[in-house]
Amino acid sequence: MSSVQVSPPASLIGSFTREAFAAHLERVKHLPAWWLDRKRAAYERFAAAPMPKRTNEGWRFSNLATLTLDGFTLPAAVRFDQLEHRELGVTGAGHLVFANNRLVASQELDPSTTGQGIIFDTLQHALLKHADLVKSHLLAQPSKLGSDKFAALHEAFLEDGAFIYVPQGIAAELPVGVFHYASGAGAAVFPHTLVIAEDNAKVTVADFFRSEKSTEAHFACGGNDLYVGHGAQVSYIAMQDWSRETLSFQFNATVAKRDAKVLALNLHAGARQARHESFSQLSAPGAHSEMLALTVAHGTQEFDQRTLQIHQAPNTSSNLLYKNALLDSAKTIFSGLIVVDPDAQKTDAYQSNRNLMLSDEAEANSLPGLEIQANDVRCTHGATSARIDREQEFYLESRGIRAAQAQELLVFGFFEEVLGKIEHRELHDILTEIIREKFKEN
Amino acid sequence: MSQLEIKDLHISIGDKPIVKGFTLTIKQGEVHAIMGPNGTGKSTLAKAIAGHPDYTITSGDVVLDGKSVLAMEPDERARAGLFLAFQYPSEIPGVSIANFLRAAVQARMAEGEELDATGYYKRLYAKMDLLKIDRKFTSRSVNEGFSGGEKKRCEILQMAMLEPKVALMDETDSGLDIDALRIVADGVNAQRKTPAAPGILLITHYQRLLDYIVPDFVHVMWDGRIVKSGDKSLALELEAKGYDWVKQEFAAATA
Repeated sequence: MSSVQVSPPASLIGSFTREAFAAHLERVKHLPAWWLDRKRAAYERFAAAPMPKRTNEGWRFSNLATLTLDGFTLPAAVRFDQLEHRELGVTGAGHLVFANNRLVASQELDPSTTGQGIIFDTLQHALLKHADLVKSHLLAQPSKLGSDKFAALHEAFLEDGAFIYVPQGIAAELPVGVFHYASGAGAAVFPHTLVIAEDNAKVTVADFFRSEKSTEAHFACGGNDLYVGHGAQVSYIAMQDWSRETLSFQFNATVAKRDAKVLALNLHAGARQARHESFSQLSAPGAHSEMLALTVAHGTQEFDQRTLQIHQAPNTSSNLLYKNALLDSAKTIFSGLIVVDPDAQKTDAYQSNRNLMLSDEAEANSLPGLEIQANDVRCTHGATSARIDREQEFYLESRGIRAAQAQELLVFGFFEEVLGKIEHRELHDILTEIIREKFKEN
Repeated sequence: MSQLEIKDLHISIGDKPIVKGFTLTIKQGEVHAIMGPNGTGKSTLAKAIAGHPDYTITSGDVVLDGKSVLAMEPDERARAGLFLAFQYPSEIPGVSIANFLRAAVQARMAEGEELDATGYYKRLYAKMDLLKIDRKFTSRSVNEGFSGGEKKRCEILQMAMLEPKVALMDETDSGLDIDALRIVADGVNAQRKTPAAPGILLITHYQRLLDYIVPDFVHVMWDGRIVKSGDKSLALELEAKGYDWVKQEFAAATA
């Protein structure tokens, strides 16, 4: 037995002390030992890793001074009826509602669906009942985009989340909704959604991130894993609408197997400062990944998006389209890298970051990148920043449409290229509504 | 009855005067054709009256039903009853015709008033049928990928939906083949027959359009002002003699 360990310096861990970690472990001690061991190891990695430095390429342009881990607590439980919960709006669709890292409400799937073998449950239940599945897919991809410290923090403090498993050849007709709430000043939450679609399975998942009050400061450190088996199709739509005082990290790891099709769309509306890292691994021939994001940045918000598309097999394709609308003195950072391995011939990879500047004070940074080791590939990337087209604006106004409404129409027009890829009408409408409400705040 | 009075209007682009004392009154139901060679200020006139920010009105006035529009924003002018049919309508990716027109119709409603969606679509489809526009167009992005004829028909559709008091039609015939021209003209003529027939300022380079939309008055514009007015026979005379005749006739006078 080791003696009491010296606590790491506060500058490295902030509120996430050994005592806090011990208290967290106490809450999850009923979970399998291998998982608790992983968590302990993760905590050590977190505690030992330095905070990001100005010289780190992976943090170029990011505001590091505001990345403080102080002032947060592992929050107390809240009741479902204390939340202003809004439903997914799809009749019969299953949902799980988490608040402050605990399940507070759920709507189980239709028995006919569970009869097909679809599992829609909490991560804690899955850890106990489907340990092998969780073990091979939960946080299975190493963090590669700069946030290894925060990814380790996520793993260390991850208490519960959603587990979605669709067996071979089964198509889940209805989307499932996962809601993660943070409540109470300083609440630290660690949401997670794990999606496993076996060969030729199909599923759509909507992941919501919301704060109970718009004025409270929260710390959100979440992740999601998407495993898309041979010929499977997964649509994952995340809506980040944390309070405007929240510091948010979110890590996405996608693995697409042979002829798999995966679409991941992240809407970023909330947080004071939000870092999103998205990693797509095309690991077998014919795999296709759509990486989409929409951001509405206002006030002094900062959205920091880092992406990696790795093509490991021939005839794989990926299409990344990140669109940001910037108001006021908001700031966005996009840094994307396409990597094509030597034997990934006939790769077709696309990467595009488009910024619509609605204010002269806003700042959009783009760092597109390519790293190609195969010789027969098609890779295109590009970044643009543009203001609203004055002729388009005049055209709309000349029809009697007021300036503010004309601007909203043009912003939605700008976003439609991404919004139009959502198959479920209800999800399309929910995203539209979040964007519209965001504009109303201004 | 509505009327638009353009009074001794002077318009500049930057420091360059383009329109130099244009005066005309258009009453509801009347069609005034403005003809003239390129570069004489026809399009500038139409865009400036609609409130385009690139044009500066240096003197004169534009008065709709007794009220000057010059202090109004473009959207206010439109809601007051002005309509500009663009020579080159903007393409607006991602904004469907249905959403665009609904926003324009809603902008004209009182605060709190709800749009009757069923009635709106019924009216929209009826106008589209008249203009031989496929109903599928409602979900297409405004003007994006449209042919020249489709764009112009879409302009007339908007005019029909918004029922302006005065429409400024800027080279609506340009880029149209004879079939498209006929459809567009039929659409305009149908509006002339309604009780709410707009006054129309029809800017054109060619007499051909006037075979289909027969004007009440024809004005020849040269060097930023009207130099000759008449009835539809003036258009035929112009067609026969050509714009060189205008230049020779009036260049001396304006030099």
